[in-house]
Amino acid sequence: MLTLENVYTHYGKIEALHGISLEVNQGEIVSLIGANGAGKTTLLMTVCGDPRASDGRITFMGKDITETPTSEIMRSGIAIVPEGRRVFSGLTVVENLQMGAFFSDKSDFARTLEYVYDLFPRLRERHSQRAGTMSGGEQQMLAIGRALMSHPKMLFLDEPSLGLAPIIINQIFEIIGKLREEGMTIFLVEQNANQALRLADRGYVLENGKVVLQDTGANLLVNEDVRKAYLGG
Amino acid sequence: MRKNLPFALFTAVITLVLSLPILGLKLTHEGTKLVLEGATQSTYVYIFLAAAAVFLSQLFREQLNAAKAAVKPKGNILAKLMPPEEKRDMAGKIFFVVLLIAAVLIPFNTGRIWSDIATLALIYVILGLGLNIVVGLAGLLDLGYVAFYAVGAYSYALLSQYFGLSFWVCLPIGALLAATFGFLLGFPVLRLRGDYLAIVTLGFGEIIRILLNNLTSLTGGPNGIGGIPKPTIPMLQFDPEFSIVNLEFSRRAAEGNVAFHEFFGVPYDSSLKVVVLYLIALVLALVTIVIVRRLIRMPVGRAWEALREDEIACRSLGLNRTAIKLSAFTIGAAFAGFAGSLYGARQGHISPESFIFFESVIILAIVVLGGMGSQIGVMVAAVLVVLLQELSREFDEYRLLAFGMVMVLMMIWCPQGLIPMKRPHLQLKQE
Ligand SMILES: Nc1ncnc2c1ncn2[C@@H]1O[C@H](COP(=O)(O)OP(=O)(O)OP(=O)(O)O)[C@@H](O)[C@H]1O
Ligand SMILES: [Mg+2]
Repeated sequence: MLTLENVYTHYGKIEALHGISLEVNQGEIVSLIGANGAGKTTLLMTVCGDPRASDGRITFMGKDITETPTSEIMRSGIAIVPEGRRVFSGLTVVENLQMGAFFSDKSDFARTLEYVYDLFPRLRERHSQRAGTMSGGEQQMLAIGRALMSHPKMLFLDEPSLGLAPIIINQIFEIIGKLREEGMTIFLVEQNANQALRLADRGYVLENGKVVLQDTGANLLVNEDVRKAYLGG
Repeated sequence: MRKNLPFALFTAVITLVLSLPILGLKLTHEGTKLVLEGATQSTYVYIFLAAAAVFLSQLFREQLNAAKAAVKPKGNILAKLMPPEEKRDMAGKIFFVVLLIAAVLIPFNTGRIWSDIATLALIYVILGLGLNIVVGLAGLLDLGYVAFYAVGAYSYALLSQYFGLSFWVCLPIGALLAATFGFLLGFPVLRLRGDYLAIVTLGFGEIIRILLNNLTSLTGGPNGIGGIPKPTIPMLQFDPEFSIVNLEFSRRAAEGNVAFHEFFGVPYDSSLKVVVLYLIALVLALVTIVIVRRLIRMPVGRAWEALREDEIACRSLGLNRTAIKLSAFTIGAAFAGFAGSLYGARQGHISPESFIFFESVIILAIVVLGGMGSQIGVMVAAVLVVLLQELSREFDEYRLLAFGMVMVLMMIWCPQGLIPMKRPHLQLKQE
């Protein structure tokens, strides 16, 4: 569904990604793990076209999107839950969700909203609360809900467990699993390697802008190097 | 109190050090020489009284604060007076209707001077609502808003002077022209953020003013343009033949128009033209209010706010940042053009002096005072600011000081603005 072939990304002169190749197939959960500064966020954002890949090829659903403008990519069936949630803090929950559905069919809005509320009942309770006053977990739910409002074919999640309590993390991962069962393709970036790999069909390990390992989630979980570096021995 | 003493003494001395040379000494001409003179006795008395006041207020700081806390109500006073959230819609409507009736009645109860001031207030309401889109909603700090106001005013003045176009034709043209300027300026400028945007727009405002000042052949330079006609009202005529005539409200109508008092055969009333202008301004302000209200509730309105909140999140949702900013900038500018045409008609004479930087500041102050993004707040603030300016006209050189004082006090009492923005609620259909 999504393929990257030998993708390079530069921030000015600094090369952040050194020839990344990976693919995500329809209906899979693929996890990308790596230490701080490995380039995980950069990789996600490069797919979205900001920053642009300086070399290589990115295709999504058979279409080359390497040069496509960001706004077009984001309307072509990809939705991202950005790092650090980035909800619109001054807007209410419903308004945040409306922003998510900005380019979708308006007649469909009520049904999609119901769908998201059923997924996250907490959001229904809080529908007219300002997003900025909600807890971190609730904001993460809102960020995911907002991304789902556009009926994406593929969902990118950038560290959804960041700064959340274990019980909330479990809930979020449960939801991600549920989304896969409904047929969503998911690309999950995580520091929380244990849970991310357990959920994933396949996984990639990123180090200093390079893919150093790739395997099924289960295999990576028992991999000696991965255990040492990311699972605490 | 004891421990406050050194600091109180210190502040009193500072007061003296600052105010003695500034207020107590005067430079005057004596023939060709400049001589230094002491001020009058009473000035010194005032200075020492001021120092004493500073000393005492610092000495009894705790007591004063305690007293203030006892007097000061918690929270925003105006917001407290507002009815509860769920009844607000209904109350708002009633309030609006009452306000509207009162507004229509103003010119018939007050004299011509007050109608004139009320017209100015309405112009500022339009300006405030327009800038509110740019600054309050989209969060783009525009310090050159007055430029678009000038474009509107000059386009009406010039079009009527050179082509004899009427107010009603020039009004949309003025708005369109201002919008075009907004669009053209917006393109290169909107990739800037925050402070940089503010500086560049400030520069743009000055450029337009200086341009108007120096394009003497076209704009009359510093002398400006005079003899700008007042708006006419089109009217059906049955006699001698069925046609439309333009009614004028001056004593003698220009070529092709008919004077109002002659048309209806009533005695001439010189205050009528002020009243009519006020009513026109009222209609235009209402149109503005309705349009802006609509815009805010439309997706583009929410996109403005979303962009103010988080640009990256906006992009991740597939929104085009530049398009949204440009739309805010352009639409905001259009309202300034609208207000500008009206201003030209009210003044009858415009010059670059009416469009100085301070004017931008006043409009910005209206938006901030009103409570960024809040429509009602901006309207109230516009009226207040115009009133304040008119009332403080007597204080002449202290006008700015008074203005600054009120701003500071306002920000202390209601830092969120007079009437902070309330989110327009979206009622969900529950089946
Ligand atoms: N806007 C930028 N300008 C310059 N360098 C950047 C920029 N964004 C990221 N980088 C650099 O690119 C490298 C990869 O950063 P990135 O944010 O992708 O890491 P990450 O894997 O997402 O880390 P984390 O887990 O901490 O979020 C880092 O060395 C970072 O300093
Ligand atoms: Mg990251």
